[in-house]
Amino acid sequence: MIADIDAARAAAVASIASAATVDDLRRLDAELLGKKGPLAQLKAGLGKLATVDEKKAMGAALNDAMTAVQSALDERRAVLARAERDVQLAAEALDLTEFVKPPTRGRAHLVTQAWERLEDVFVGLGFQIAEGPEVETDWYNFEALNMPPSHPARSMHDTFYVDHGAPGSTVLRTHTSPVQIRVMQAIEPPIYMVMPGRVFRNETTDATHLAVFHQIEGLVIDRGITLADLAGTIDAFTKAFFGTEFGSRLRPSYFPFTEPSAEFDIRTPKGDWLELGGCGMVHPNVLRAGGLDPEEWSGFAFGFGIDRMAKERHGVGDVREMYTNDIRFIEQF
Amino acid sequence: MKVVHSWLRELAPLPDDVDAIAHTLSDVGLAVESVDHVGATVAGVITARVIRTERHPDAAKVHRVFLDIGDGTEHHVWCGAFNMQSGDVIPWATPGTAMPDGRLIETKPIVGIPSEGMCCSSRELGLGDDHSGILILDPKTPLGVPYGQALGLAEEIVYDLDVLRNRPDAYGHVGVARDLAARFGVPFSAPSGAVIASGQARSASVEIVAGDRCPRFTTVIISGIRVAESPDWMKSRLAAAGMRPINNVVDVSNYVMLETNQPNHAYDFDTLGGGGFRIRVARDGESMITLDGVERTLTADDLLICDATDRPIGIAGIMGGQNTEISDGTTTVALETAYFEVPGIMKTVQRLGLRSEASARFERGVDPLGIETSIARFVELLRLTCPDLVVHDGFVDARTPSMPAAVTIVVRPERVGALLGRPFSATEISALIEPIGFACRAEGSALVVSVPSWRPDCTLEIDIVEEVARLFGYDKLGKTVPKSTLAGGLSPVQQRRRRVRDVLLGLGLDEAMPHPFLTDGDLSRAGLSAEAVRLVNPLVVGDDVLRTSLRPGLLKAVAFNESHRRSGVGFFEIGHVYPPSDAELPAEYEALCVLIAGADAPRAVAVWRELVSAMGWGARLDQSKVPAGLHPTRSATLSAGRDVVGAVGEIHPDVLDAYEVSERVAVLELNLSVLLAAEPKVPQWKATSKFPSTDFDLAFNVPADVSAEKIDKALRQAAGSLLVSLDLFDVYRPGGPGEARSLAFRLRLQASDRTLTDGDVASVRDKCVAAAAKLNAQLRG
Repeated sequence: MIADIDAARAAAVASIASAATVDDLRRLDAELLGKKGPLAQLKAGLGKLATVDEKKAMGAALNDAMTAVQSALDERRAVLARAERDVQLAAEALDLTEFVKPPTRGRAHLVTQAWERLEDVFVGLGFQIAEGPEVETDWYNFEALNMPPSHPARSMHDTFYVDHGAPGSTVLRTHTSPVQIRVMQAIEPPIYMVMPGRVFRNETTDATHLAVFHQIEGLVIDRGITLADLAGTIDAFTKAFFGTEFGSRLRPSYFPFTEPSAEFDIRTPKGDWLELGGCGMVHPNVLRAGGLDPEEWSGFAFGFGIDRMAKERHGVGDVREMYTNDIRFIEQF
Repeated sequence: MKVVHSWLRELAPLPDDVDAIAHTLSDVGLAVESVDHVGATVAGVITARVIRTERHPDAAKVHRVFLDIGDGTEHHVWCGAFNMQSGDVIPWATPGTAMPDGRLIETKPIVGIPSEGMCCSSRELGLGDDHSGILILDPKTPLGVPYGQALGLAEEIVYDLDVLRNRPDAYGHVGVARDLAARFGVPFSAPSGAVIASGQARSASVEIVAGDRCPRFTTVIISGIRVAESPDWMKSRLAAAGMRPINNVVDVSNYVMLETNQPNHAYDFDTLGGGGFRIRVARDGESMITLDGVERTLTADDLLICDATDRPIGIAGIMGGQNTEISDGTTTVALETAYFEVPGIMKTVQRLGLRSEASARFERGVDPLGIETSIARFVELLRLTCPDLVVHDGFVDARTPSMPAAVTIVVRPERVGALLGRPFSATEISALIEPIGFACRAEGSALVVSVPSWRPDCTLEIDIVEEVARLFGYDKLGKTVPKSTLAGGLSPVQQRRRRVRDVLLGLGLDEAMPHPFLTDGDLSRAGLSAEAVRLVNPLVVGDDVLRTSLRPGLLKAVAFNESHRRSGVGFFEIGHVYPPSDAELPAEYEALCVLIAGADAPRAVAVWRELVSAMGWGARLDQSKVPAGLHPTRSATLSAGRDVVGAVGEIHPDVLDAYEVSERVAVLELNLSVLLAAEPKVPQWKATSKFPSTDFDLAFNVPADVSAEKIDKALRQAAGSLLVSLDLFDVYRPGGPGEARSLAFRLRLQASDRTLTDGDVASVRDKCVAAAAKLNAQLRG
């Protein structure tokens, strides 16, 4: 019987070795190790053996044979599977430089990009964001900001007047400052707010000036706010937005709605000074217009242009380009 | 305002250090735009007399000028300016001259005739901004000499200052020197003087009719004048400050104005009708010829200086009249020195568009009490060239009740400290502001501060706080950061707006920003109501419509790109629109518009659905209401609750034609003010089933008038709680438009508590088929 076992085992191993595919192996697996396989049939003959010793010896030989067949199957399967995967991988080869442009993401407007970066920096400095209407009353745009009707500073604002209500009563806001008044009226101090938005000046456009552009305005109102707080906040903003190697300074200036008033400049790492915007302590008359008592509350405000930030960052030669909506411009960013 | 270095140093012992002065000027709020060295003459430019000029038939824009430099030879120059006549003496740049702007003057031919050198304008020689013609020199100027010698020019250093609106005094050298002296800690005493008469009594009468517009008018008669040239140093300073020297009387008048900030006007007394002045407002339509030779038509808003016969001889504070201009023969002048009300001058300047050095000062406000000083200075300087000058007794000083009152301000030192972030004692405050003319007196813990008459801007305590900060130095106040107890952040609306933008960008749409002003007809061409709010004073005529929709602007953007061979653009804009309203302000709101060129309506619906899903908006699509300007059979109104919140579909082909767009354009328009304000639905968790799911497909023939949405709803209802998902995956149109189409849906069923049986699935399928049949949708075989 042992000879039969050895023969069956040898035949099985030989047929496994000659199997060409994983599918062949699957079939052989069933044939050789199944209930009707040669080893199973020999196993069925065990009962006919005379002695227990014989039964034991033959049983052990059969088990060895089955284990050997199983491992031959496993080994062959691994070899064949590897070969088949290799064929598959070779067939799947792609040239990744064959680049067919997929649909791209869209691009946010350069002003939006600058606007959001500014907002994010101010949020990091503890500010909230407020907004207001672009069509404003003369009161919010001028009068509440310490510019009564005959105020000479009004002539510095080239104002677009809107044909709405009484003549001269409605304007396109010339700055974001009217939002200061709306914020003061709407919420109790402390106020730590920035106000980005679109503003309008009736002046001829050129490479650096637009009639419709964007500003961001800051307003802080709290108890005991000082001019030094303004200088410190401007400095913190400068370092957060432009980089820690930048510096800032205030220079005396004049705005009707702030006093003391200042221009603020930033110092580049090369040591050049660039004018950035205007700022100052909120004028007592403005606090009153916002419904606040200047003896109790003090504050500062600052403002500067957003479009210029975008222009400088991307080296746009002419700000008007940003508003042509020419896809050839948009795609560059 | 051009301020001359040597002039400042004559007024105060300031260091001869240009950088230190420039830095200090900026530091006290007198921003230095540039520091220029002027009056350095251009070597090679000499004086020449025009012999004659000739036109040439082949050169329309230039003419031939023949020059004599006193050497008996004739020199020929082509010249593009036509303001010279035979006999005029002009500056001539000889060939080889290097001009200040970098040009090298060469002998260049025009129509084959060489041009020797160039005739120069003031600007070309760095003498001022005048480039309207060639600089005409005094006819008595010697010929062939350097023009600088002829003009008596010396090199001067000039600070070009950006003087702030609240510092009228800084329009005079005295005002600038006063600030500098205070910061440098050097002594400064403002010049002062009185009108000292030496001659017999002789005066002009003064009648102020418009007392509110002219609070003060003075005049003094000065005789013994001999019109001559000014001394070189005066001419040089005037030129450096941007004023052309003319003659001693005019020059002294200008010099005193530039120094003291007080304008004045000298009338030829012999031509002054009735020997006096009458100050009144003009009659509507009244006219006069000003010194510049232009006839000016006036209104009742304009203030006039008239002679005693009521003949206008000057527009008050702005420009004198031609009729009383002093001439070479003038020997006696009536000198007017006055103070005019500020807003009135501003109004006339704006209306006439006529600005002068005098008006620039009056419209900011001069020192109402500085008049005597300026007259004394006028006399002192004119006497240098007119030693026989007589100031007649009879100085007339007419004042009205509108003279500004003296201002005193109570200043609390602790308030100054509280605003500047550093304590200031009363003594420190006084020490800072007294050098610039404020007088301080202690009263208890407070200071009573008297404001000098040349600082009309200071009326409140806060104005003094600013002066203290300015003179102390903003830099030295330190930098602190306030401690906010608030958390920074975007509001929910702002966060949602950013999310909307991110979704749109993710869908491949680019953000556009068209102009918010539309032209007449833009709205109606877009099929929208033309009713809109308009600008009163547009920048470009016709560009005066405030948009009521973002659509026209984006349509223009699509058309622009298509015309530049870029079809298929997909744009969105988030921006304000301003529909008319009866309220105090127009009904402004924030809108979103998406336009996708080369795409049809379903693309826009897909954008809408993506937004709905990302933003948690609930909304209905109603195709029975077609929004204005959109394709009538491919568009729908969008509603959320009771609000119409937008429109979706395609642009009407008529509109596309009107905007010259040849592709289909898908459109989505939303009212973001409404949509962003709504609290979005927050999706709630549902347990996922552990049991297997089963899919099956159903395809129906659906009549054209039954919407896919209706079938969808019916199927959902019929399938009940076992339905996990229902998707329309195929639309097949065997017939044309208006015919039934086939809609294929895939359903996935799953129970949360068991494996579904074939019976469960069959039952759901039957209910679905029956529900569809009720809508006349027949199951396809």
